[in-house]
Amino acid sequence: MLGMIIGVAAVVLMLSIGQGAQATVNQAIASMGSNLFIVLPGATSSGAMRQTSGSVQTLTLGDAQAVAGLPSIKAVAPIITGTAQLNFGANNWSTVVTGVTTDYFRVRNWSTEDGEVFTDTDFRSAARVVVLGQVTAKNLFGDEDPTGKTIRIKKSPFIVTGVLAAKGQSLDGRDQDDSVFIPLTTGQRQIFGSQFPGTIRFMMVQGKSPEVMEEAESEINQLLRQRHRLAEGVDSDFTVRNMAALAAVATGAAKVMSLMLGAIASVSLLVGGIGIMNIMLVSVTERTREIGIRMAIGANRRAILTQFLLEALVICILGGLAGVALGIGGAWAVSRAADMVVVITLGMVGLAFFFASAVGIFFGFYPAKKAASLRPVEALRYE
Amino acid sequence: MMSVQSELSAEPLIRVDRLCKTYSLESGVNGTVNSQVLYDVSLSINRGEFVAIMGHSGSGKSTLMNLLGCLDTPTSGHYWLAGRDVASLSEEELASVRNHNLGFVFQGFNLLKRMTALDNVATPLLYAGVSRTESRQRAQELLQQTGLGKFSEYQPNQLSGGQQQRVAISRALVNNPQLILADEPTGNLDTQTSGEIMGVFERLNREKGITIVLVTHEDDIAAYASRLVRLKDGRVIHDSKVDS
Ligand SMILES: Nc1ncnc2c1ncn2[C@@H]1O[C@H](COP(=O)(O)OP(=O)(O)OP(=O)(O)O)[C@@H](O)[C@H]1O
Ligand SMILES: [Mg+2]
Repeated sequence: MLGMIIGVAAVVLMLSIGQGAQATVNQAIASMGSNLFIVLPGATSSGAMRQTSGSVQTLTLGDAQAVAGLPSIKAVAPIITGTAQLNFGANNWSTVVTGVTTDYFRVRNWSTEDGEVFTDTDFRSAARVVVLGQVTAKNLFGDEDPTGKTIRIKKSPFIVTGVLAAKGQSLDGRDQDDSVFIPLTTGQRQIFGSQFPGTIRFMMVQGKSPEVMEEAESEINQLLRQRHRLAEGVDSDFTVRNMAALAAVATGAAKVMSLMLGAIASVSLLVGGIGIMNIMLVSVTERTREIGIRMAIGANRRAILTQFLLEALVICILGGLAGVALGIGGAWAVSRAADMVVVITLGMVGLAFFFASAVGIFFGFYPAKKAASLRPVEALRYE
Repeated sequence: MMSVQSELSAEPLIRVDRLCKTYSLESGVNGTVNSQVLYDVSLSINRGEFVAIMGHSGSGKSTLMNLLGCLDTPTSGHYWLAGRDVASLSEEELASVRNHNLGFVFQGFNLLKRMTALDNVATPLLYAGVSRTESRQRAQELLQQTGLGKFSEYQPNQLSGGQQQRVAISRALVNNPQLILADEPTGNLDTQTSGEIMGVFERLNREKGITIVLVTHEDDIAAYASRLVRLKDGRVIHDSKVDS
């Protein structure tokens, strides 16, 4: 019974963690936006995704606008970022301030939950307007409605035009909802000042379709090399990353993890199965005498087999249910303790349950069948 | 003493003809070793008889009883129980014979653990297809008759040896068998309790006409019987009526 419970619980737990990891990655990928490139300043180095800040600032707003004009490109979102102190009344919150164009929200496929994002007019006039991420809004405003209120960023007043819908974790594990967005122009002129005179931190580029991604990548490379007047053979002073490829890697990694946990789960199921088998075998051995007594008082083979089959069934069903409950409880505890997403599907619960039951019933039934085929004296004499 | 010839008028309840039993022992050195335990045992027991079987330890008494109880199969020879050749019966039919036609009482009681006295007595009825309520009712009556009415909800390990043996006798009787086979039923009991148990057997034989075959080592137990059969080294060496 215990073997049964533990076997089933382990499988449910492992599978739910594996599926959870996969779901987390998938969600992060989906939240990124589709057909994306990220163009970063600086040469391709070891392959780190983000260049450390301040090293080189070779990309400009002009570059971004030029890339937007390429035929295979749908939209471009130039971005500057920095951290800043935010105030609303007595509430302080330090977070990432991102300067963007209105295209950013389209590229990220990110809509508001409340209010609106700022407009192109705001962008052109470098207006002091801000869109809040969910977490930041909660931290500054609590339950209050932030839209239309004025917050201070680095002491300057900004009007909140809206609050974005929740986006969750990014692939690198950042909480994307803990951030605020202001017009890029406002950021350059008023918040980050000299840090970005006309330059941008990086840009997100959205291709028109998955098919043109390769073509788009070479077009971007060509255009930027030309704009930066780089001679043949000189290394690029920027890097183009295809996020689809990155996503594929991440998905692959999550799959591998899921598979590994699945393998561990299979092993625990096997171990659980052996445990169940042992318990069943021991109980039948112990009960061979009982089988002998029952035969001596007139039980036929069928009656004995029925009894043992029913007992095995009851043990397996009760043990299986307890195991499923323990596994789900464990998964819940893990999700609370480790702040991990766990996914429990009916399929995995069913798999664990039925495998364990099959093992339990087989090994409950098979030795009973053997014992029942003994002559009554043999069964009675059994030690 | 006069030797008993089987009355040809009525079919005997038990008739065995040149029954032999050989055990094969697996031995690591010599392969299998055969040891013959019963040699050409022939016996007839009529309805209503009370037979005691005696003999030294190892003389084959239990082996014979197991064959008579359809718990084991002979190596050769024939056994007719109430006119039916036991060798011709299927597994299913043998189970039915053990259930309906005979009751077996063991030296070690052989009650089912973790089951009340009442359920122990009722179990053969369940195998006979009798409903649960009716089985329990009948079991309760039998326990009452053997003086165990108060103990029906006790489990075997909560009962004394004599009480357990009376539960076992009740179980053997529950299906109204014509034959009770008892292999040293008083072997584990003191003299006083043995007397009580033998009283039960005697009453069953006298009042209900149930045929009883009983193995014992003790002369005063054998004295309850009306016929004595002695075995020695797997052979019948003595068979006579005794006057009680
Ligand atoms: N399963 C078995 N395998 C091999 N030999 C056996 C087996 N059962 C009994 N024997 C042998 O058969 C012989 C007779 O055994 P049995 O149990 O019939 O004796 P018994 O007359 O009942 O003795 P006791 O009075 O001690 O009960 C013994 O020598 C015993 O060793
Ligand atoms: Mg014996």
